[in-house]
Amino acid sequence: MTDTLERKTLTREQLLDAYRTMRAIREFEERVHREFATGEIPGFVHLYAGEEASAAGVCLSLDDRDTIASTHRGHGHCIAKGVDVGEMMAEIYGRRTGSCHGKGGSMHIADLSKGMLGANGIVGGGPPLICGTALAAKIKGTGGVGVAFFGDGGSNQGTTLESMNLACVWNLPAIFIAENNGYAESTASAWSVASDNIADRAAGFGMPGVIVDGFDFFAVYEAASEAIARARQGGGPTLVEMKFTRYFGHFEGDQQTYRADEVEHARAELDCLARFAARVTETGELTQADLDAIDAEIGAEIDKAVHDAKAAPLPTEADLLTDVYVRY
Amino acid sequence: MARNITYREALNEALTQEMERDESVIVMGEDNAGGEGAPGEHDAWGGVLGVTKGLYHKFPGRVLDTPISESAFIGAAIGAATAGMRPVAELMFVDFMGVCFDQIYNQAAKFRYMFGGKAVTPVVIRTMYGAGLRAAAQHSQCLYPLFTHIPGLKVVLPATPYDAKGMMIQAIRDNDPVIFFEHKALYDTAGPVPEESYTVPFGEANVVREGGDVTIVTLGRMVHTSLDAAAQLAASGVECEVVDLRTTSPLDEDTVLESVEGTGRVVVVDEAHPRCSIATDISALIAQKAFGALQAPIEMVNAPHTPVPFSSALEDCYIPDAQRVVNAVKTVTGWTR
Repeated sequence: MTDTLERKTLTREQLLDAYRTMRAIREFEERVHREFATGEIPGFVHLYAGEEASAAGVCLSLDDRDTIASTHRGHGHCIAKGVDVGEMMAEIYGRRTGSCHGKGGSMHIADLSKGMLGANGIVGGGPPLICGTALAAKIKGTGGVGVAFFGDGGSNQGTTLESMNLACVWNLPAIFIAENNGYAESTASAWSVASDNIADRAAGFGMPGVIVDGFDFFAVYEAASEAIARARQGGGPTLVEMKFTRYFGHFEGDQQTYRADEVEHARAELDCLARFAARVTETGELTQADLDAIDAEIGAEIDKAVHDAKAAPLPTEADLLTDVYVRY
Repeated sequence: MARNITYREALNEALTQEMERDESVIVMGEDNAGGEGAPGEHDAWGGVLGVTKGLYHKFPGRVLDTPISESAFIGAAIGAATAGMRPVAELMFVDFMGVCFDQIYNQAAKFRYMFGGKAVTPVVIRTMYGAGLRAAAQHSQCLYPLFTHIPGLKVVLPATPYDAKGMMIQAIRDNDPVIFFEHKALYDTAGPVPEESYTVPFGEANVVREGGDVTIVTLGRMVHTSLDAAAQLAASGVECEVVDLRTTSPLDEDTVLESVEGTGRVVVVDEAHPRCSIATDISALIAQKAFGALQAPIEMVNAPHTPVPFSSALEDCYIPDAQRVVNAVKTVTGWTR
């Protein structure tokens, strides 16, 4: 796959932001991977490493008016939408200081104040919700959009297909981002998705469908920013399919016997961070020193997040019964 | 000022008054206006049983027809609720929960807890339930026990036009997800309803008839069946206290227990199937918390453990009637150790 030849001009600040987001996701996930192996992190954890360009490239065009819904593999979307990494790490450790006070965990990190409507433990759970947030934005006239991230697995759920239809019928400012990392758990999307591409299904709903090299930040940004701008202007939904590979298993502990050496190849040849760095330093838009400074800053931030999470208090038994209802 | 209107009109009035009061209230569902995209009249139906009739023209852009796509639009209502709207979505028949329950019980019900108290999801899901219209197995069920089981949902079942209006207004203003059950055989029943806006709070049962011999705990359409039975029994000198639960979540335990303390004999009348029903739930509550007051085993009157049959000859046997309630009351009053 090749980089896109032409792209919209991004400011230095936007490029730094994009790199910072991708680096933060990578560092967060690599660190969770190592910490999970020590046995200190409970439950199910699904890592986003390898897919950073998607979350970063989409969310760069979003602002506070906009909402996103995520998947099992939600850490990257949370970070890209501005959820605090310290609170996220604490949540993953089940701490009272976590984003959800330890009641959600990795699969349910949310921050509605940031427009992040939650990672989701239900495959295909997010798209209907995003029809709702997009509807609210449309009725209130905020200019906001809703973005539903889902995987190749989620692309086969009726909820997702129903939502695409509803979004088109209601002409909602909704964007559907299919993150096709090649596998729903251990099952290949080449087998489970009957059409050649998930994006091909867009035609059936009468909306644009775009296929993007998901390792290429600039390609993602181009496609997403165009879809988001169209939605903001009342032009309705778009389906964008990212094609890439995840670097880790479906969940931490997955032996990945269903696949061969593709991760090694992707890390060496296709990696979104490496390609971004090569490109921006080659054009002179950023220097290696700019990137190194971000790497150092992020490294320290994630170190602190892990340190603080481990030291943070656990929820107490009294917390068990709170926040079921606003009032009961 | 109160005047007699139907249960259907009471619901429509509640929706109208709340939509006038608060522009974040929107209505959506299959045929809620009716005729969208078709060559004829818009607002052709106003819902399959006419509850939302007239709202479409009064509130332009706020009454949305949907495709037959319950997962998408029930989910959309829930998503919109997290984003500042107060949607009232219609899940036409509660039997259709099978195609969209995930959005209700895994999403709406859990947001507040799962997100550490940071989410508010003020959605109302209206739905029709109950037998009696010869609508057969997939359009007649009483699935409120399934919703009652789920923490995070409120489950309400008005039995009268007065409660239909007051509870709908309460549901719309409530900040938690509310599942609002409307019995399809009650839409044409009439009763006194104030013209002005008012709320009926959740978790407050209503003693609809006082009596000292037997407590009948009931809900929904069965309130009327139980009142019929109580009137018959009064003629033979047995005075029943009839408690309309009104809401199954939250549940007003105190009113039930207080009544049982006074009578010592209990019949629970519930149109749902008997297993894991409201009848078993209330029976367990009384056995746990008022055991000492009981002078006879609790009797339950439920529909049988079968799907709802079609033929009138069968459906009439299926639905608990006043005679069965009378028989159950006679059983508890006649019981001796």
